[in-house]
Amino acid sequence: MKQKTLLKLAWQSILKNKMRTLLTMLGIVIGVGAVIVMIAVGNGAQSQIEASISSLGTNLIVISPGSSAQGGVSQGAGTFNRLTVADAEKLKSEGTTLAAVSPVISTRLVVIGPAGNWRTSINGVSPDYFTIRDWSATSGEVFVDADVKAARKIAILGATVATNLFPGVDAVGAQIQIGHVPFIVSAVLATKGQNATGSDQDDVILMPYTTAQNRLSGNVRLGQILVSTFSPNDIPAAQAEITDLMHESHKLGDNADDFTVRNQTEIAKAATSTTAVMSGLLAAIASISLLVGGIGIMNIMLVSVTERTREIGIRMAIGARGSDVLTQFLVESVVMSILGGIVGLIVGFVGSQLLAHFTGWSTVVPMSAVLIAVGFSAGVGVFFGYYPARKAAALNPIEALRYE
Amino acid sequence: MTTPAAPAAPAAPADAARPVIEVTGVTKVYTMGTNKVFALRGVDLTVRPGELICIMGSSGSGKSTLMNILGCLDVPTEGRYTLDGVRVDGLDRNALADLRNEKLGFVFQGFNLLARTSAIENVELPLLYDRQHRWNDSRKLAAEALGRVGLGERLDHQPSELSGGQQQRVAIARALVTQPTLLLADEPTGNLDSHMTVEVMALFQELNEQGITILIVTHEPDVAKYAKRIVEVLDGKIIHDHPVTERRSAAADLLALGAEDPVVVEGPAATVGAA
Repeated sequence: MKQKTLLKLAWQSILKNKMRTLLTMLGIVIGVGAVIVMIAVGNGAQSQIEASISSLGTNLIVISPGSSAQGGVSQGAGTFNRLTVADAEKLKSEGTTLAAVSPVISTRLVVIGPAGNWRTSINGVSPDYFTIRDWSATSGEVFVDADVKAARKIAILGATVATNLFPGVDAVGAQIQIGHVPFIVSAVLATKGQNATGSDQDDVILMPYTTAQNRLSGNVRLGQILVSTFSPNDIPAAQAEITDLMHESHKLGDNADDFTVRNQTEIAKAATSTTAVMSGLLAAIASISLLVGGIGIMNIMLVSVTERTREIGIRMAIGARGSDVLTQFLVESVVMSILGGIVGLIVGFVGSQLLAHFTGWSTVVPMSAVLIAVGFSAGVGVFFGYYPARKAAALNPIEALRYE
Repeated sequence: MTTPAAPAAPAAPADAARPVIEVTGVTKVYTMGTNKVFALRGVDLTVRPGELICIMGSSGSGKSTLMNILGCLDVPTEGRYTLDGVRVDGLDRNALADLRNEKLGFVFQGFNLLARTSAIENVELPLLYDRQHRWNDSRKLAAEALGRVGLGERLDHQPSELSGGQQQRVAIARALVTQPTLLLADEPTGNLDSHMTVEVMALFQELNEQGITILIVTHEPDVAKYAKRIVEVLDGKIIHDHPVTERRSAAADLLALGAEDPVVVEGPAATVGAA
């Protein structure tokens, strides 16, 4: 039989039992819809995490101080800090894969402005920091190497600090006091929002690391060195290079590293794998309803085969082979389930938009969802339609003709 | 092998041609648990082209079993069955299906039209299962077949919108559309009143005049009197095989009936007029 004829037959039979077909399709609609919504929620969570991780900086590598061991007991990360500005300078001048290097000296101090005071993180950094973190100023200018060299007392405010110390006014050019030292605000940074762990990245003041060392902390050790590479592909090579250079710089020889090098993809992987498991789980639960929908199809196809026993007998008597009957019923169940899948896709799409609207979660329906919906529903149609179709094909024409 | 030549004699006019049906020593045994039921106990039958033959017998005589075997719906337990030169005994399901499509046209007692399906689509049905690609324009052929049975004006009517006689004519059109070697009718008038019975028999006679070989299974003597030859079956055996001597013309009977009963004259009379 021609494919067109088969589709026409299936369509006619579906039209003959509109209500029944609609109810049967509803199972698939709900199943596919639920799977799509769950995938959308999972995907939304994942892309949100990815966005917040990439807000840390592009192609970022973080060098932190290592741990020390006293009497065989590890004291934990940062207990043995040998990171210095010299390390950062060595990386900057000798690294071949490193695009930008910035030391980070961190401290927390109270900042006094005209409208009150605010306790915040003070980070001493180099101009490379703005490149690494892909961070620009909304007003004013970020500092340059000359400012670092001169250890100028200038401060760049994060958006949160700016709104707290200078509500409604432009802070650039104003004077603030950080730990008894007067600073001039040279710029206000663009908003970055929360990071992956939920802390406010805009609650910060940046200044030249020289100024931070000389005027505020007096500490020569660095909290971190941030490095960025030219492209994501360079990250493994860059990590190896950093390890070598740091080894050399610290004259470690055969000793263990006294620093750790981590890249952002590792952090991202850990975070996204968690959400991937979550969204997989959600989709798995949702696909149970797809399974139930499939059983609905099988049920109705079995009823249909019994009901149409006589029709099957007629078709066989006038020359239909078993395989013709099998195909006819299979096409019918597949058409039914694919229709359900397409409607389910729409329902899932609208559903995830509504969910996003009412709960504020971010939902993303991936393009692959179309394939998933159509593919899965077709699969369900074949899988659950096969048994009834097989039953129809195996009927004896004489008995089928006699069936009342 | 008791009377192999006997059936051939009445069908003398087509002696030279290859028999449509050649059955020798056919038996059919149904095994029910440990019991063996002999539905046919050695049947010999030859049907030549152009015959209009009635197989008669009461229920349980084995005529339905014979019909199923002749219709390639079932295979004999023993014996040979040759349909239009093709050995049928021993064929598998698919080959039987193809043979039914190619060589046979079925007309059933209960019409067996697909419900909620127009007349023309019902008639088109056998053409959809044609594996030899013998037919191109199934729509046109179906319309022609319906025209042949006098329903050219009712192509898009559904079975529920047609009278019993008209439904049976749709079924006959469906049987004719593939130009079968043999038209098999199983109690074709069983569900029809006497007027419609004569109407359908008139159509069979007319088609037979056009050269179509027709085999009718019935238990009604009224039907058999329109045939050219009667084969009587009892207890799984053929007990009588004889030509009809005083054969009646259904068309003439129909005219007579129409005169008696003016209420139903209109439709059927027109058909006869056309014939």
